Amino acid sequence: METAAKTRKTAHVADALLRMDRMPHIWCPGCGIGPTVNCFASALAKCGIEREKISIVSGIGCTGRVAGYVKLDSFHTTHGRPIPFATGLALANPGLKVVVYSGDGDIMAIGGNHFIHAARRNVNMTVICVNNFIYGMTGGQVAPTTPEEARATTTPYGCYEPPLNLPFLAESCGAVYVARWTALHIRNMTNSMVEALTKKGFSFIELIAPCPTLYGRLNRLGDGLDMLKFFRENSEIRNGADTHTIDIGFKGKIVCGTFVNKEAPTYLDRMNAQLAKVLKDRYVPWGASATTGSES
Amino acid sequence: MKTTADPKGVLTGEHFLDGDWSCAEGALAAGCRFVAGYPITPSTETVERFGQRIPIVGGVFIQMEDEIASSIAIQGAVWAGLKAMTVTSGPGFSLMMEHIGLAAMTETPCVFVDVQRGGPSTGLPTLPGQADVMQARWGSHGDYEVIAVCPNSPQESFDLTVHAFNLSEQYRVPVMVMLDECVGHMYEKVVIPKPEDIEVFPRRWTKQPKDKYLPFEPEFDGWIPGMVKAGDGYFLHVTGLTHDERGYPQMNAECQEKCVRRLVDKIRKNAERIVCYEETSIEGADVAVVTYGITSRVAYAAMEMAGSHGVKVGMHRPTVIWPFPEKRIRELASQVKAFVVVEMNYGQIYYEVERLAAGKCDVHLVDHGGGTVHDPEAILECIIKAAGQR
Repeated sequence: METAAKTRKTAHVADALLRMDRMPHIWCPGCGIGPTVNCFASALAKCGIEREKISIVSGIGCTGRVAGYVKLDSFHTTHGRPIPFATGLALANPGLKVVVYSGDGDIMAIGGNHFIHAARRNVNMTVICVNNFIYGMTGGQVAPTTPEEARATTTPYGCYEPPLNLPFLAESCGAVYVARWTALHIRNMTNSMVEALTKKGFSFIELIAPCPTLYGRLNRLGDGLDMLKFFRENSEIRNGADTHTIDIGFKGKIVCGTFVNKEAPTYLDRMNAQLAKVLKDRYVPWGASATTGSES
Repeated sequence: MKTTADPKGVLTGEHFLDGDWSCAEGALAAGCRFVAGYPITPSTETVERFGQRIPIVGGVFIQMEDEIASSIAIQGAVWAGLKAMTVTSGPGFSLMMEHIGLAAMTETPCVFVDVQRGGPSTGLPTLPGQADVMQARWGSHGDYEVIAVCPNSPQESFDLTVHAFNLSEQYRVPVMVMLDECVGHMYEKVVIPKPEDIEVFPRRWTKQPKDKYLPFEPEFDGWIPGMVKAGDGYFLHVTGLTHDERGYPQMNAECQEKCVRRLVDKIRKNAERIVCYEETSIEGADVAVVTYGITSRVAYAAMEMAGSHGVKVGMHRPTVIWPFPEKRIRELASQVKAFVVVEMNYGQIYYEVERLAAGKCDVHLVDHGGGTVHDPEAILECIIKAAGQR
């Protein structure tokens, strides 16, 4: 793969959107993160937003490396904290489209509280969470998404904690757009990314990805291809499904689709409305025009 | 390039303010347009003031879900092009440590205010302490350098907050404003100058074109890389990992040496330019009192009392406490009989002074666990004892 990326003569469509000088990437063969990044590159090309106006923020972990490979203004922050960093970025320059791209451990365990509050505030950002049911970079520990019964290195006799249902959590907290796809749903995933990128407010996409090296090996689920075959046989598209009903059990059905797509005022919409109402003309509105002047 | 304050943020005139409020005014005068904070006594008044003022100046205040979030939200705002600050006290300061390290590693200019209270842990939420001084210097993991200022009055809280922003922009480091509960809650006259009389250090935007720009290659003064902001079309990469000039991670000892050595040396090699202190009656003194923040005002009373006892005593008060005025303390060590270090903790700056004195003179500590200021009599007693030795 390494040699192929370096020696191939023809450019890939995603090349211009990736930092090709950083290839090869660190992901294992069969990992599901790569296909999601490929879809993200397609979505960037399709969404119609100037690439200069999109920033990407990651935390720590395998998916946390995405920011380093995408040719956008990109910020690789601390473990669990890409969402509050993105909040600062998005509020300080409302003209930016800010994408948080990170893993289930990063966003839902150590960063869970930030996820709740950014969704509640409806900060204008897209959160893409790659869920591989396990901590990959540290070697296969249990995650808040690990299904009951599944094995991880820190649950060697099987997990006995109930996992989070991410779309249900996102909807409950106020996300205006909520979708879930597997790494196999290339077109649906790309379309969802375009919808999320062009959506105003807090949008959330969960992407179910195989981790054959750890989750697959520890649970005897085969290699990456076997895991994708499992996704094909056990996923079901139910757009608009009640997010309450779409938990993912061990070797269980994966309900995919767009579950929420609604309109709601963003954090800055509400801030501007409230402060203008109370302070009237004393208020200096905060908007896209505030930081677009060139200071350099 | 000398620039002055944006008039929109400057409340020129004479005011009666506490140190927390004057800190917020200092931030506004320095051009800070983004504060993220979380309520914690005795610092809350600073964010309350900023939250009240910023809508009519133009900017954002957000109360985040915790101090961890606050301390990184400000860094997002900085990379979007704003000047930003967060404000807290002991327990919140502990939570912010990881992001002080991130700001140091990514050379993100920003300001952290710590209104110190008694610790450890929840300690004395409403009462003063000065036991976070070493934490400000060393609290995050790994090797890095920061700058910290230490005001002893509401006026200095204003002045040194402006200075903190200027230093953070000049050196691209996180700068700590180390207030304490007494200075934070003390009301005094604060004179806010006219905007044209307030010097403001602008962001060090790169002059490099997009195809030449390397985000972590020194561009200014041989040390400091030029900045761009998100949205400028430079497609920069910023990471907390050890990185090369392109901002790309490099997991090896050579890059670690190059990357982290500069982070440390850009402050260490410029320390004598950054240090700042005030001295009183230091020429010919037998005893030099070294003290800072609110404690300096109590020590001043003790120093006057000692003078009436015939003791030749002077005071050295760092207003920039990190980097520490090493050269000057070494000089004084060969001039005085003894140092008396007075601080509201069980010995922190004391060890710095002892190290720098290097056996050339005695070093005494007048410690205090916090909760109230020192008894001047205790300081007086130590000064007299110190003067009598040798």
